[in-house]
Amino acid sequence: MELFDNLALGFSTAFLVQNVLYCFVGVLLGTAVGVLPGIGPTATVAMLLPITFSFEPVTALIMLAGIYYGAQYGGSTTAILINLPGESSAAVTALDGHEMARQGRAGAALAVAAVGSFIAGTVATVALAVAAPPLASVALRFGPADYFSLVLFGLVVSIALARGSTLKALAMIVLGVLLGTVGQDIYTGTPRFVFDQRELYGGIDFVSVAVGMFGVAEILRNLENEQTRATIVSKVTSLWPTGEERRRSVGPILRGTGLGAALGVLPGGGHVLASFTSYAVEKRISKRPREFGHGAIEGVAGPESANNAAAQTSFIPLLTLGLPAHPVMALMVGAFIVHGITPGPNVITDEPALFWGLIASMWIGNVLLLLLNLPLIGIWVRMLRIPYQVLFPMIILFAAIGTYSLSLNAYDVYAIAFFGLLGYVLIKCGCEPAPLLLGFVLGPLLEENLRRALIISRGDPSVFLTRPISAVLLALALVALVITVLPTIKRRREVVFAGEE
Amino acid sequence: MGTTSRYRAATRMSAALSLVALVAACSGNGGATGRGGTDDYPGRNITFVVPFSAGGPTDTVTRMIAEPMAAQLGGKIVVRNVEGAGGTVGAGEVAQAEPDGLTVLMHHIGMSTAPALYEKLGYQPLKDFETVGLVTEVPMTVVGRKDFAPATLADLVAYVKANANKVTLANAGIGAASHLCGLLFQTAVGVKLQEVPYQGTGPALTDLVGGQVDFMCDQTTNTSGQISAGKVKAYAVTTPQRVKSLPDLPTTAEAGLPQLQVSVWHGLYVPAGTPPEVVRKLSEALKVALAEPRVIEQMAKLGTAPVPPEAATPQAHRTKLEEQLGTWAKVIADAGVKAS
Repeated sequence: MELFDNLALGFSTAFLVQNVLYCFVGVLLGTAVGVLPGIGPTATVAMLLPITFSFEPVTALIMLAGIYYGAQYGGSTTAILINLPGESSAAVTALDGHEMARQGRAGAALAVAAVGSFIAGTVATVALAVAAPPLASVALRFGPADYFSLVLFGLVVSIALARGSTLKALAMIVLGVLLGTVGQDIYTGTPRFVFDQRELYGGIDFVSVAVGMFGVAEILRNLENEQTRATIVSKVTSLWPTGEERRRSVGPILRGTGLGAALGVLPGGGHVLASFTSYAVEKRISKRPREFGHGAIEGVAGPESANNAAAQTSFIPLLTLGLPAHPVMALMVGAFIVHGITPGPNVITDEPALFWGLIASMWIGNVLLLLLNLPLIGIWVRMLRIPYQVLFPMIILFAAIGTYSLSLNAYDVYAIAFFGLLGYVLIKCGCEPAPLLLGFVLGPLLEENLRRALIISRGDPSVFLTRPISAVLLALALVALVITVLPTIKRRREVVFAGEE
Repeated sequence: MGTTSRYRAATRMSAALSLVALVAACSGNGGATGRGGTDDYPGRNITFVVPFSAGGPTDTVTRMIAEPMAAQLGGKIVVRNVEGAGGTVGAGEVAQAEPDGLTVLMHHIGMSTAPALYEKLGYQPLKDFETVGLVTEVPMTVVGRKDFAPATLADLVAYVKANANKVTLANAGIGAASHLCGLLFQTAVGVKLQEVPYQGTGPALTDLVGGQVDFMCDQTTNTSGQISAGKVKAYAVTTPQRVKSLPDLPTTAEAGLPQLQVSVWHGLYVPAGTPPEVVRKLSEALKVALAEPRVIEQMAKLGTAPVPPEAATPQAHRTKLEEQLGTWAKVIADAGVKAS
């Protein structure tokens, strides 16, 4: 079997001492930058890229890739412990993960996140090995119109992110989309909502919004309460998931893996949708949808698996076509070039040891991450016992440093303060920050692809219906909308009759 | 970190700062002056500001020459990426920097196009900078989707003339090299095509390979892998000479469109007022770096080459800048493009 020959080649490359070592360095760094708010994999890879110039190409890429998917593991840790998501995917994990932490189940949430990520990583590695080229050619069929419909579908199903009123969730999504429009318009260069502030031309940074709306707003909320002011968690039950929690996690992990692996292949932003969509799916099919938002383990297991699977399969366009799907991938193209490898479809055939070695290293990296993260859980959970009056200034300090380090832009730090206050006010009004963040992340994608599709079609909107992929996705979005709205109407009737609840 | 829209994300966040640069900024590097004359230059870390994202072609070229230049100058060179608004954010920052030779800008063709593209540009290329020397001229290629009808550049010219209202021309965003090359193509052919901007070359090339758009013009750095794999159709290279890595690809002059001459030329700048002695030291170090076999080899892999030594001088660089400022002012004004 050719596949086994290839995998043998891959593992023999990946198991070389220096490759395992740098794989470990990569995932360790990735975990570290994932845990630290602000500084993320893009900055880290950019920083370390020059160091890798002296490495063997495969070693360099193994390490850089390790930083990227390692950060996906690390990102969930702060989201769960202190409600501080460092990236968009972890924002979803924060919803139920942090609730679990407040209930003393931080250990279980972290363990499920780690194990789910490991399973997802393993499956995605197999997908990469078995089907990378065919998957990539499917991904190429997605044009701007299809991405528009995909993102729209994602937005519609993700209304499920809201714990409370659908109307308020919609309002938050719209607000998020509006915030996402700040900055220069990519098609005309026209500055939008920048108020003549040069610093706003590049748009508002995701990290500022996430750290403010989740982290700082959460701190403000905690400070209201006498009890939480002392420590976040009064009691910590077992560090490991209970038997029931384990049973409840299996389905979400597997579904999240499949969903994430499929969406991750799409270079136009599929990986962004993975964790949001997984959360929505789990909430929809759960027998206990009411638990979501109040510490449902499915809400951690699904999105974390989806996000890690997507992180891994998002390498497919890069490795098979030489087309980067993400800023980190764009940096890796730079790494290819510096090492004299022309990124493109020929890498698989010209550099088989590199291609298969990198894939095999991803599995090794996932094993290393599991070995690294499981023992750390005990230490992380202990962090929650730090008196809150000591912990919260530290959180704010690290968040401010991390955010400032992104571009040495003081505006990003002011933005944390602004979004922190905004987030607090919104929580007081019963509006949840998650849909806002969703709108903020997906809004620009939606607009970009809508306008690009219309530019290419010369303003003819029928492309959204005549392109088969787009038409199917729009139909699905419509169905999802109907399913979302119907129970609300039905429930409203029930509420009228039931009086209370 | 954020996975907003991919390349928006790149622009927003990856002004990716190295910790080293962070520490340097905290300790006030590049701020203070008055540490004696130019004899002990550099004396401290030099910062090379790249106004584009890390890992991009300009960044790659910068990092290639930074190390040998540092060795020559006897110091350390830190590369910092200050992205945004087509490179004008980074250039603006260097224009404001202390003229002590410790803050050096690497910029490409965008230096000569920004005055025409941006109404409120905070600097004037000829007045606010000293040129140090040219570095490289990266050729560009005209490429089409695999199943695009025209077979040669002459066919393409005829085809776009006949189907100007149908053809789509992709680019990597306003002011990007691919955008400028596309403008020049339209001027040379005398047509106005539907342009489709993307956020960076990656997504533009993805849609070209996927057949969503008809053609574009981009640097060999980005296109040669796709060309040699047959995933896109190559029409011509836009420099006077053919490119070594693509020996069969004719030049635009050979293929009958000699007006389409464009390269992504790169050069080093320091703020105006930098002592001539410091500029000379930098220029000498650049010349030495460009002669390094390793640099030549790395650039060859990018499909480009260092400029000849006589072009790596402040004078040659200034002449090129003046000439290009004139060219692009006209092309951009004719096209009626404004970036902000």
